[in-house]
Amino acid sequence: MSLIEVEDLSRTFVVRRRAGRVRRTTDVVHAVRDLSFDVERGEMVGYIGPNGAGKSTTIKMLTGILVPTGGRLSVAGIDPSRQRVDLTRRIGVVFGQRTTLWWDLPLRDSFDLLRRIYRVDPQRHRRNLDEFTELLDLGALLDTPVRQLSLGQRMRGDIAAALLHDPEILYLDEPTIGLDVVSKGRLREFLRRVNEERQVTLLLTTHDLQDIEQLCRRVMVIDHGSLVYDGSLAGLHARGESTRTLVVDLVDEAAPIEVPGARVTRVEGPRQWLSFPAGASAAPIVASVASGYDVADLSIQEPDIEDVIREIYSRR
Amino acid sequence: MLYVAVALRSFRRYSTYTAATLAGIFTNSVFGVIISFTYIAVWKENPTAGGYDVTDAVTFCWLAQAMIMTVAVWGGGTTDDVADRIRTGDIVIDLYRPVSFLGWYLAGDLGRSAYHLLTRGLAPTVVGALLFDLRFPDSPATYLLFLVSVALGVVVSFGIRMLVACTAFWLLDQTGVLSLAMVCAVFFSGLAVPLVLFPGWTRDLVLALPWAALVQTPIDLWLGHSTGVEAVAGLGLQATWAAVLLLGCGLVLRVADRRLVVQGG
Repeated sequence: MSLIEVEDLSRTFVVRRRAGRVRRTTDVVHAVRDLSFDVERGEMVGYIGPNGAGKSTTIKMLTGILVPTGGRLSVAGIDPSRQRVDLTRRIGVVFGQRTTLWWDLPLRDSFDLLRRIYRVDPQRHRRNLDEFTELLDLGALLDTPVRQLSLGQRMRGDIAAALLHDPEILYLDEPTIGLDVVSKGRLREFLRRVNEERQVTLLLTTHDLQDIEQLCRRVMVIDHGSLVYDGSLAGLHARGESTRTLVVDLVDEAAPIEVPGARVTRVEGPRQWLSFPAGASAAPIVASVASGYDVADLSIQEPDIEDVIREIYSRR
Repeated sequence: MLYVAVALRSFRRYSTYTAATLAGIFTNSVFGVIISFTYIAVWKENPTAGGYDVTDAVTFCWLAQAMIMTVAVWGGGTTDDVADRIRTGDIVIDLYRPVSFLGWYLAGDLGRSAYHLLTRGLAPTVVGALLFDLRFPDSPATYLLFLVSVALGVVVSFGIRMLVACTAFWLLDQTGVLSLAMVCAVFFSGLAVPLVLFPGWTRDLVLALPWAALVQTPIDLWLGHSTGVEAVAGLGLQATWAAVLLLGCGLVLRVADRRLVVQGG
């Protein structure tokens, strides 16, 4: 049995709107429609989609704070909305835009309260706290009130807080939002480690596609409440017919380069951009360019996942 | 125990704002002086108004100042956090915790009130005792009864404030409800004037309402106006209101939770 099982999951909202002085119309909005997927223990899954696609609605149902209107789901063998309290002990939730820490208390006190809330054995708590303190570099922050922490520091505190009770699944909603490049990198490194060493299953929603590229082997793309893609990152590229770009700096300006398997998309003085399918090898193209032209320099640009997803959306 | 830890943390949280505490003590003392002179003038005209003598009246005024923050007559306390969290949506974080929502915030509010009793309660009373002739209970048992009554008053006040805070689940703008709640609390608790001054049947009515538990009931115990059976009845009424209000809060929270979880608020 999979850790997370979702079958034909649906959620509709009834929206009442004023359509006149007295008259009101009732609209049914399908936030999530017939969603089906399984997540195995230890997976790291990126869950992406535009605003309003149904990401948050899905997470709310998976964590039990929203009742589905249709379909079936089970998380760690539990029906989330029926046994919300049992489930809370087995999952961790991190919201990039909200904090689970207490504003006026030092970080250490927040952690201690969480230990009592989840009734974590003091020894295990100490072990976890020591480990997270070291990995997330929290040592100097433990006695600082949360309100005085920077966003990056607070986020590190929040992630540690969500993991202190050894959850099997960690949901992360926009965990890197608003963080600088260094903080993002550090956080991703930590998440990778937690996933590897503790076998914590990670499900993250994000708008930062680098999160996905660096963390997740599996991507689920949702749009208008339905799953439009579920598979590997490479497969997503193929599906979106994404292309790689070979940037060629010629010694002199020249007419557009003509080589098999690639076509010129842009010319700017001696620099030309050639695009070719992401799945194809760059070697023969580079070889034929180098043999036919006077090349000063070459570089390859990897496809941008954002373009790929835009492509998938636009084709629907 | 979790709830004791929560109360202690809350106590410590409020104790970090020393400047605000000092400013508050000053304000309470100034108002204490002003109202004392008003009461002295009133009782000079009618020395037995409401069954109080002038010492009772002045003591009442200082104790009422001491109760303002302790039982949070104006509102405030951890229920303000709840209203804020409902408005911002942070309330979902509370839903993800395997603890009693009501117990959590009540424990926090009791911790807060303990801090306010020791600072905003004690200090103005000392000031009042230095400036005026106040009446103090002569038996330790009376002090104990008073403290029990204050604690019950905090729970009753918490129940009312929590119900008010929960209206944020349905109302976008709470201003009206908050003003109404504040006016009721100020008039029906005894903070504006001792409830014993209300004429005829209105006096019996206001004494039976939950707000009397906030200020009037504890002070009558302190002054020795309710003793024996009357004291037990007073505490019993407080306890009853506390239980009814907490049950009401539990019910409202259940409905709100359902609305959030089933209808998707």
